[in-house]
Amino acid sequence: MKLIAIDSSGLTASVAILEDDVLLASYTVDYKKTHSQTLLPMLDEISRMIGLDVHTIDAVAVAAGPGSFTGLRIGSATAKGLALALQVPVIEVPTLQAMAYNLYNARGLICPIMDARRDQVYNGLYIWWNHDLYTIKDQRAVSIEELAEEINRRNHSRGTILLGDGVAAYKDKLDALLTVPHFYAPAHVNRQRAASVGALAQIFYKSGKYVSAKEHAPIYLRKSQAEREREMKEGKA
Amino acid sequence: MNQHTDILAIETSCDETACAVIRDGREVLSNVIYTQISMHTLYGGVVPELASRKHIEKINTVIENALTESGLTLPEIDAVAVTYGPGLVGALLVGVAEAKSIAWAAGKPLIGVNHIEGHIAANYIEHPELKPPYLGLVVSGGHTHLIIVKDWAEFEILGRTVDDAAGEAFDKVARAIGLGYPGGPKIDAAAKEGDPLAIPFPKAKVHGSEYDFSFSGLKSAVLNYLNHAEMTKEAVNRNDVAASFQKAVVDVLCEHTILAAKEHGIRQVAMAGGVSANSALRTAMTEACKEAGFEFYVPSPVYCTDNAAMIGVAAYHEMMNGAKSGWELNAIPALRLGER
Repeated sequence: MKLIAIDSSGLTASVAILEDDVLLASYTVDYKKTHSQTLLPMLDEISRMIGLDVHTIDAVAVAAGPGSFTGLRIGSATAKGLALALQVPVIEVPTLQAMAYNLYNARGLICPIMDARRDQVYNGLYIWWNHDLYTIKDQRAVSIEELAEEINRRNHSRGTILLGDGVAAYKDKLDALLTVPHFYAPAHVNRQRAASVGALAQIFYKSGKYVSAKEHAPIYLRKSQAEREREMKEGKA
Repeated sequence: MNQHTDILAIETSCDETACAVIRDGREVLSNVIYTQISMHTLYGGVVPELASRKHIEKINTVIENALTESGLTLPEIDAVAVTYGPGLVGALLVGVAEAKSIAWAAGKPLIGVNHIEGHIAANYIEHPELKPPYLGLVVSGGHTHLIIVKDWAEFEILGRTVDDAAGEAFDKVARAIGLGYPGGPKIDAAAKEGDPLAIPFPKAKVHGSEYDFSFSGLKSAVLNYLNHAEMTKEAVNRNDVAASFQKAVVDVLCEHTILAAKEHGIRQVAMAGGVSANSALRTAMTEACKEAGFEFYVPSPVYCTDNAAMIGVAAYHEMMNGAKSGWELNAIPALRLGER
């Protein structure tokens, strides 16, 4: 099974092409340039490098959210366009689960965090058990205080491994709030990786977890500001 | 062997998700528009984040329908075109990313199109006899431009609005007199029941630049009139306000257009953009051009408001000029007319 994987949910732009258990090519850039400009040229580059025949692609995987609203839509629109043209399904991979998948078979509680602004982070909690990744807490938007309290409460015997751009934004706060052993994942695995999205997507695909290109939409985990304000107004009225 | 040039065009610059298939730059094989107006009406105007969310939800269905209706399949398409500006950045990005990946995966050239140039090109759909050079007036919710179309892709701007776009003024006045969103069609309808001579609103001129427009002064005059009426407890006839405001806009658009055509010795006038669907403007401009002895062109209303057919037509002329976009094509929210 061959697939294209995309992650543009955060600052990192990442694309990968996988065939079964081989990562044929991947390209990841963490630099302040808009994903709109970089993502397709990156895919074009690695495709040419491996002489990809696009018609051999079986599915398109995308980090479906959460993340920056605009970043998610660039990834989703790219995935939807590819899947429409190639007439293949889209595999929606939760962004934070894919980040946890970076740390294959790691011991301890895996805690990816993305800066969600407005004093919150996007986070899910995961553990490996018998070589499978289990979701302990589904991805959500949460305050850093609340998250720290939960990590302290769980007090995992093998410690907690933190990763994601939320670490950079909240490291001082985390160090101050966490009273249990915790570690920060190193550079090669501490951000979004399309290769991880693709590897996890293969498992989803085998269990029939995919959608048609037109059905796919990002998982924002948050309503727009306009909707929230309108609901508040109506709630008061 | 298909001897035609068929372009798949995508437009998501504001609140319509649209896709069309255009043959040889004139023939509309399909023109699908999903309008988000009902959603934005709840908020009294376009909410950019919601527009972007709706675009990504609907875009594949709209594209698939446009292909089906055209009777063509993607491999039979010759190029993929997309609006990359001006417009709402988040909304534009959905169409741009989608168009790029379709073009890339299908092995087709990509053509980025300027939305305003798309509006101008809308006239070629129903008026095959229209050829540059001619005088163009583009009036919409975001744009008010008086231009000379020198060649298919060459424009000289004579005048533009210095503040609000004409369509923006319609929306603001409609809100002020309680007609709601979208203002254009609501004012058009109310004005039919009102007296355009009831209230003498000023025809705003821009000092020292005879072709420029200014609609914010007119909008203020309407608001002042409403405030004054409220303070003095005078009854306000909404239809009269709508008709008188509309006349002030229409008069200035017509005057500038005719003056510019006369001074530049141009005998063809073409109007485009959402506001050119306004019935009073269409009638007045038709009469003014007739009186001056000019040929006048305006698209059917469906090609005046945002659509992808016009983007496909503009893309055809870009393509004939040898223009092609790279995979790094980005959305440019403030893209100017004639800019590449």
